Amino acid sequence: MSYSVTDPSKRQKFIAGTLVILYALITMVPLVWIMMTSFKTPPDSISYPPKVFYQPSLEGYVNLFTTRTRVSAEKLASLPPPENFAEEIVRSRNMVIAGPSKFGGRFLNSVIIGFGSTFLSIFLGTLAAYAFSRFKIPLADDLLFFILSTRMMPPIAVAIPIFLMYRQLGLSDTHVGMILLYTAVNISLAVWLLKGFIDEIPREYEEAALIDGYTRFQAFYKVVLPQAATGIASTAIFCLIFAWNEYAFAVLLTSGTAQTAPPFIPTIIGVGGLDWPAIAAGATLFLLPVMIFTVLLRKHLLRGITFGAVRK
Amino acid sequence: MAEVILEQLSKSFGKKHAVIDMSMTIDDGSFVVLLGPTGAGKTTTLRLISGLEKNDKGTISIDGRVVNNETPAQRDVAMVFQQYSLYPHLSVRENLSFPLRSPILKTSKADIVAKVAEVADILQISHKLDNRATELSGGEMQRVSIGRALVRDPAIYLMDEPLSSLDARLRADLRIELKRIHSELGATLLYVTHDQTEAMTMATHVGVLQEGRLVQFGTPREIYEAPASEYVASRLGSPRINLLPAELFNLSDGLTQTIGLRPEHVKFGEGQAASVKRIEHLGDHTRLHLDLNGHAITVLSPSGNPFSAGTSVNIQPLNPLCFDKDGQRIIRDSA
Ligand SMILES: Nc1ncnc2c1ncn2[C@@H]1O[C@H](COP(=O)(O)OP(=O)(O)O)[C@@H](O)[C@H]1O
Ligand SMILES: [Mg+2]
Repeated sequence: MSYSVTDPSKRQKFIAGTLVILYALITMVPLVWIMMTSFKTPPDSISYPPKVFYQPSLEGYVNLFTTRTRVSAEKLASLPPPENFAEEIVRSRNMVIAGPSKFGGRFLNSVIIGFGSTFLSIFLGTLAAYAFSRFKIPLADDLLFFILSTRMMPPIAVAIPIFLMYRQLGLSDTHVGMILLYTAVNISLAVWLLKGFIDEIPREYEEAALIDGYTRFQAFYKVVLPQAATGIASTAIFCLIFAWNEYAFAVLLTSGTAQTAPPFIPTIIGVGGLDWPAIAAGATLFLLPVMIFTVLLRKHLLRGITFGAVRK
Repeated sequence: MAEVILEQLSKSFGKKHAVIDMSMTIDDGSFVVLLGPTGAGKTTTLRLISGLEKNDKGTISIDGRVVNNETPAQRDVAMVFQQYSLYPHLSVRENLSFPLRSPILKTSKADIVAKVAEVADILQISHKLDNRATELSGGEMQRVSIGRALVRDPAIYLMDEPLSSLDARLRADLRIELKRIHSELGATLLYVTHDQTEAMTMATHVGVLQEGRLVQFGTPREIYEAPASEYVASRLGSPRINLLPAELFNLSDGLTQTIGLRPEHVKFGEGQAASVKRIEHLGDHTRLHLDLNGHAITVLSPSGNPFSAGTSVNIQPLNPLCFDKDGQRIIRDSA
């Protein structure tokens, strides 16, 4: 324990802690509700008043991953006993599994496009930020402003030109097209954020490495990159969150091969009304990758402030 | 180890001339200290030699070869920086082995282990080898960064005020240690400082810098006894040399404007009367702070100090240094 006068008192810590927990709880309510809904049966999900306690069921997840057809009672009776829990659930609704749904493929598209564009944004962003930070570049300030200016309007404002361009170039509904598009949107954020982080790393470290016998690229790779890890991690999270959640362009430019999960999930329609548990199951699974990614990089996010073996 | 020669080296940053027309020979095995106040161009000189900055004019040769166009790695120099020396993401051991692992040296694992252990032992940081660089105290950090230079056997060691951030005790210890390393390894060192004690105690040669120019180069003794100018004279010696108008002792000869009087260069009992303002007993010697017609003078009292504050004492300069109106020393033929 430290007893510095600048440390908050126990009371202050208690109040601050309570407020943070309260805020967290409030923001968590919708998430928790979606997760709860994903484990309800369709009737439970639309019952009024809403059920807080209910018998959990995997029906939402089964419906999310399958397509089903209704069969007659005689047909159902003539079938061999169900092979697994999924079939059991489906048959209890007088249906059989007809095949897998498109969700798996759409989810994979989201992973490829989300992580692909994040990787590309970070890769290009780090190199550009390093160059802007360390080299004398003619018109550097103007270039940086130009890069930032690409974000001065909402990206969707250029939706129609992009739609036409992509159709001409054959990039519509392709993974490459979506990766390029999300990278283009994210790159300005990446360059600016990363430049800030790299500016903070004293040049002396690289200079020491140069004198120690390393090339400039090796110095960048061995000395700058590890120290920029914090910045890279937080920038990567921002880029991933944007690309992962992007809806408007995905609706406009993808429909099949490269369709991502956001435009797909709302189209999950059950028999006789929206299948809320399946939609909620889709949303829950959709949240997981970003959550896992953030938790994995958390160490770097928190470590940021104290870096630097600076002697004063 | 090798000889390093600078010829008419110049470097400007925009309009600012950081190093001007500098020529200097650093002999193989010598310990050269560059002395000068902040902004004199000391760091820039080291950065030019190491290749971190490109010189505008002049040549730098190391070991007989002109290195103007070589990269820092090719020049084979080791440098201790004034600031930010350790890689914060590495442990002390990794910091020390970093230069040995470079693609240029490619030292074997066993050699790295041995060398790191040896240097850690010299610098008394063996018990900290597995700490992260950020977990060290200032003194330990500095020893590690000196160590990062010592693990190598470069043409020349460049050190930029490596002791300036340490406390007096550690500074004294490391001064002795550096001197010992210098004589044991036969290393060539170019050491930058604004601390005259470091210059006097360690250097085989001292170069005095003034606003980017090398104004005098010689042994510490030469610089102390025969400074080229008032500026050089006031850089060495503690307490500082007394610079007084020549008329004060009626020594004007038409040329001499100012005389420089080292504290030990006075004869008591004759000459001008000065009042004793203050007495400092420093154990092995005693300083007198005198006032002569409004000029403050600090002198060394004869042993047994017969004087007391408030009294008056007669003093006469003994072999004073004479400077002309531009502050340059007037060298007289003694014949
Ligand atoms: N990269 C730089 N850009 C502009 N001016 C510089 C740069 N490096 C040094 N200078 C200037 O050159 C002069 C000498 O600096 P320096 O060599 O660091 O002095 P010292 O190490 O003796 O304190 C100073 O006036 C300083 O402001
Ligand atoms: Mg300096």
